[in-house]
Amino acid sequence: MSLQNPDGDLDPADEASVVAQRDPDELAELLGDAVIGREEHLNAPGFVIRPDAVQDVLSTLKEAAGYDHLSVVTAQEYENRYESIYHLKKFADPTQEVSVVVPADKEDPVSQSAEPVFRTADWHEREAYDLVGIEYDDHPDLRRILLPETWQGHPMSMDYDKDQPQVVSLREHANPLQADHREDESDTMFINIGPHHPATHGVLHLKTTLDGEQVADVESDIGYLHRSEEQMAQSGTYRHQIMPYPDRWDYISAGLLNEWAYARAAEDLADIDVPEYAQVIRTMGAELCRIAAHMLAVATFALDINGDFTATFMYAINDREQAQSILEDLTGQRMMFNYFRLGGVVWDLPEPREEFFEKTRAFLDQLPGSVEEYHDLLTANEILQMRTIDTGILPPEVAKDYGATGPVVRGSGVDYDLRRDDPYGYYDELDWDVITEDGCDNYSRLLVRLQEVEESAKIIEQCIDLLEDWPEEDRTIQSNVPRTLKPEDDTEIYRAVEGAKGELGVYIRADGTDKPARFKIRSPCFSNLQTLPEMANGEYVPDMVAALGSLDIVLGEVDR
Amino acid sequence: MSSDQPFITDDSAVVTETRDARMGEGRGDRFNSRLREAFGSSPFILTKFDKFLNWARGSSMFMLQFGIACCSIEMMHTYAVKHDLDRFGSGVPRASPRQADVMIVPGTIVSKFAPRMKRVYDQMPEPKFVVGMGSCTISGGPFQEGYNVIKGAEEVIPVDIHVPGCPPRPEALVYGVAKLQERIANGEASPVTVKPYELEQFSDLEQDELVEHLTDQIDEDDLVMRYNFADSP
Repeated sequence: MSLQNPDGDLDPADEASVVAQRDPDELAELLGDAVIGREEHLNAPGFVIRPDAVQDVLSTLKEAAGYDHLSVVTAQEYENRYESIYHLKKFADPTQEVSVVVPADKEDPVSQSAEPVFRTADWHEREAYDLVGIEYDDHPDLRRILLPETWQGHPMSMDYDKDQPQVVSLREHANPLQADHREDESDTMFINIGPHHPATHGVLHLKTTLDGEQVADVESDIGYLHRSEEQMAQSGTYRHQIMPYPDRWDYISAGLLNEWAYARAAEDLADIDVPEYAQVIRTMGAELCRIAAHMLAVATFALDINGDFTATFMYAINDREQAQSILEDLTGQRMMFNYFRLGGVVWDLPEPREEFFEKTRAFLDQLPGSVEEYHDLLTANEILQMRTIDTGILPPEVAKDYGATGPVVRGSGVDYDLRRDDPYGYYDELDWDVITEDGCDNYSRLLVRLQEVEESAKIIEQCIDLLEDWPEEDRTIQSNVPRTLKPEDDTEIYRAVEGAKGELGVYIRADGTDKPARFKIRSPCFSNLQTLPEMANGEYVPDMVAALGSLDIVLGEVDR
Repeated sequence: MSSDQPFITDDSAVVTETRDARMGEGRGDRFNSRLREAFGSSPFILTKFDKFLNWARGSSMFMLQFGIACCSIEMMHTYAVKHDLDRFGSGVPRASPRQADVMIVPGTIVSKFAPRMKRVYDQMPEPKFVVGMGSCTISGGPFQEGYNVIKGAEEVIPVDIHVPGCPPRPEALVYGVAKLQERIANGEASPVTVKPYELEQFSDLEQDELVEHLTDQIDEDDLVMRYNFADSP
């Protein structure tokens, strides 16, 4: 099943030198006179560089220093300038981070595009252009990505008038029986898939050009669920008002994983400790969420491509119901938990505790059996194998270039999991493995998810053992956190956790008030979805549907 | 006939020849039903046609398979095992709007999606009904302040039943759908609500400054939605 080794595989000695931790001064020397200033972000050193040297700086950092992962591009507007921050880290060691800060002129905000160096910058810069209004020179296709094309103004910029009327046209479906069917000259066919279509897993719009049954080109049109999550977070106070929103980014019951992304960033920003007991509860809850999320991924994937129609779907929903029921006992909610607080969790395990442990254990006990069932129904199923093995190929180098993370990149053989590589919570105390498969195809991604369910079960089991024996006087669920949090002016932080879909990060810039001045969400699905054309172009239409299903996107997180 | 026993089902007390003749010789009891027995000797029932049709309509509703946001996950749970909306005669999700009677709107509607939702609604055959699921379809919910969020589904299409919650539990959705069925069976039409963001042709918007600005890009046949966020609730 393995297709090829990573092209850029370096010999061991070279690799060691690239992965080696470098001093910020050493890096500054490497970048030379492109650097015009230095900043200190809480997670990484920041280099302010000339707006016309972006490509040089990024390719130096990528080639010579090994920063091969562009997590996210954060754009923001200050009183006197615009700024794009490129958050770089290494796939080999994500604790080594560096921020490249690119200022742009207030009157005419233009800087150089990073797209030739990192393919993933394509969408990230389009988003920055759409929401903040920075223009990128050299960008292949700079137009709006989340908002309708006719939108007036850039909503995250300072002078945006949110009361102004907006006009949104609907041109795509002017007459479904005309025009969009066949082109005379080229003999290709244009088809809209979505935004209302069962195979798109939500409100995704795929503009596909078909050559016979093969996909000549596919372009994702997103933004049908862009509900201004970043603005909502920026208008809430750190302590309580932001926490409900992360639940709604990735809403496939992955709420606690998302809450952790915000909690981790804000706790590091405001220097808040979390008691060990709360960390164990967090770890347990988060892994329950991961099981629920992966179950739905498997369920809808089976629905998309399997022969038995809804049987697998019903089985998976049944398991999800049990996971949700445990989470409901723990948090009081089926989906939108709002359970984490900065500095801990909101309440202790439900009483009587024995009953809760018993219920969770019962769930874990039957889980290997149901995973076995999925293997019988899915991975051992010849129809599914024909549809998924060697389709939707995503080579590891391409996946890295697009900033893909989570099961998508682990299905391409890249060993990258923030739970282990950038430990948080209680993960580094527990015994579990990172799953990778090197098939690079749809089948591998399915295998990774099914095996991760078992790993999560392992983690939960260990957490339960710990919680059961935890001495009663030591059960502190929250540390002492000030009622109003006001992190120091001009502190910046980017922190990520391993969500169900991959690296879920949050960037916060504090301005000395009790609300963030800029709150940027790094969504794993946003980067993962970008790889779709790489997997689908040249393949058959059903393979594209399978590839989309194996990416397991959730539109709430893609669009935010 | 006493009031607590509306039908006589005791075979010895009623004339059963016609009924048995209708059923045919030698059939077992398993073809019998309480409803059949209730008809007694007569194979006919008398009712108004409209009433019968409403009853049939309310008892067999085809849902549109329409996922938008978080609520669609709970909607899937409502369709699937454990909650199983099909028990109430309304659990067949149809992928095509042309085959659906009921649209559950499960999630936040943003400016880019609203015209599409309107289009899907227009494609459903009459009579059609809408269940608004979750707070976002009532007022925009937690995202009401968002620059891009339509403040409720009713700004775009008429809604028959609102199910509040964020998201509503599957039980709540089942209750909402059962209420809708009850209303349909009773022939209660829901009022068509005011739609401030009605589909508009551009010719109506000549005075609008913004439209003047865009006017050269506009195609007469285009479908357009205008959102006036200042006047929104």
